Amino acid sequence: MTGLVPGYMLPSPIEVTQAFIADFPILMSHSKVTLLEAALGLVCGVALGFLCAALMDAYEPVRKGLYPILILTQTVPPVAIAPLLILWFSYGIAPKVVLVVLVSFFPIAIGLLEGFRSVDPDMIKLMHSMKANRWQIFWHVKFPNALGEFFSGLKIAVAYSVVGAVIAEWLGGFQGLGVYMTRVKKSYDYDKMFAVIFLVSAISLLLMAIVKVAQYKAMPWNRCQDEKQNRKEKK
Amino acid sequence: MILQAEHITKAYGERQVLQDVSISLQEGELVCLLGVSGVGKTTLFNVLSGLTLPDSGRVLLEQEDITGKTGNLSYMLQKDLLLPHKTVLDNVALPLILKGVKKRDARNQAEEYFTQFGLQGTENKYPGQLSGGMRQRAALLRTYMCGDRVALLDEPFSALDTLTRTAMQEWYLQVMEEIQLSTIFITHDIDEAILLSDRIYIMSGNPARISDELIIEEPKPRSSEFLLSETFIEYKRSIKKHFCQ
Repeated sequence: MTGLVPGYMLPSPIEVTQAFIADFPILMSHSKVTLLEAALGLVCGVALGFLCAALMDAYEPVRKGLYPILILTQTVPPVAIAPLLILWFSYGIAPKVVLVVLVSFFPIAIGLLEGFRSVDPDMIKLMHSMKANRWQIFWHVKFPNALGEFFSGLKIAVAYSVVGAVIAEWLGGFQGLGVYMTRVKKSYDYDKMFAVIFLVSAISLLLMAIVKVAQYKAMPWNRCQDEKQNRKEKK
Repeated sequence: MILQAEHITKAYGERQVLQDVSISLQEGELVCLLGVSGVGKTTLFNVLSGLTLPDSGRVLLEQEDITGKTGNLSYMLQKDLLLPHKTVLDNVALPLILKGVKKRDARNQAEEYFTQFGLQGTENKYPGQLSGGMRQRAALLRTYMCGDRVALLDEPFSALDTLTRTAMQEWYLQVMEEIQLSTIFITHDIDEAILLSDRIYIMSGNPARISDELIIEEPKPRSSEFLLSETFIEYKRSIKKHFCQ
């Protein structure tokens, strides 16, 4: 390998590990900022996604009008919006949070909408025959029906949210893993750079694992189905 | 007369589905709508339950006009439609909760019937863990928990395999003896119609009309022995005539 790329550009795993250990306190302090941005953005993104999905499900014209716009927001690359956001909201935490909202609300909105709309029409009919109102149908039937899709969307959204925050930090800021990443790159500390990259991946993986556990806890009925399936397979 | 449907006519676009259909139900009676699949039985149920507005005619519950008004009759659709994310107990208690009964009271009320409906021990299971027969029992109990004076059952046993169905029919006759619920049910199974009902309406034609009405005089409770008797065959013969033309 050393023949192709100079050694300082492609550090060995040992060097990366050493850099990770040496930098650990700095990495943690930057992670805190990035995680805060990602978390704030994710919470707002989930709320916004939920609102969009609920409105689009309840009102046909809203769905027809909003859906193409939502798709459009996703065709613009985050790297292209980030400088504008920094211009508008300055170098603090705000533009990062906004970018995270933009990338994370979409999978949530689409997942939930899909879940709301895939309810068996006969189920809705039965609810009507029992004189259920809109809110009751939403609460007892549509929302639980969308939980599976919601968690699938959430898994994508948490991964996006960390990456989104890092991208926003690249383009300007005082703290955060993205800021640190550009800093070490500019000083040719590639072992440190790789340490950051692995940390970002590790954080995403950890967050996805947390979502998986949350899904397991939130949907106990699926567990029983899984057990049944396992038993069948064993036979 | 607890429920009456008078001169119901219904068309979907160009297609006339129901043509001047009139039926009635007495207190405590078990009446069957018998007809081939797709004849318009379910459409009639949708009209009775108020989900669909008829083009003409009206539905009376104890002389009160309920045409196009939902929430007056307990309607069990063809599928069991149990919510997979609720336990069996919460599924059964749902009609009460929708009416505004507190969750705990609703559960307590529903729980009382679990033994009678042969569902004891399933309270905290999820529908996905139950067999087809048990799911159907749960759906029936949920329908009963709606607490209306008349129940409409759309092919309540058609999703079950033959052996389970026979067992369920016998069980059902027993429960009906106890709860005395005025019921109209749909079936395309002649044996089932004769075994279960006090009276049978035969629906046929296109658009569908009531082509005959038949009273089954065999006293209740009926056993499965009745299925093999001469009288049973006689009823069956007279019904078959309508479908063999």
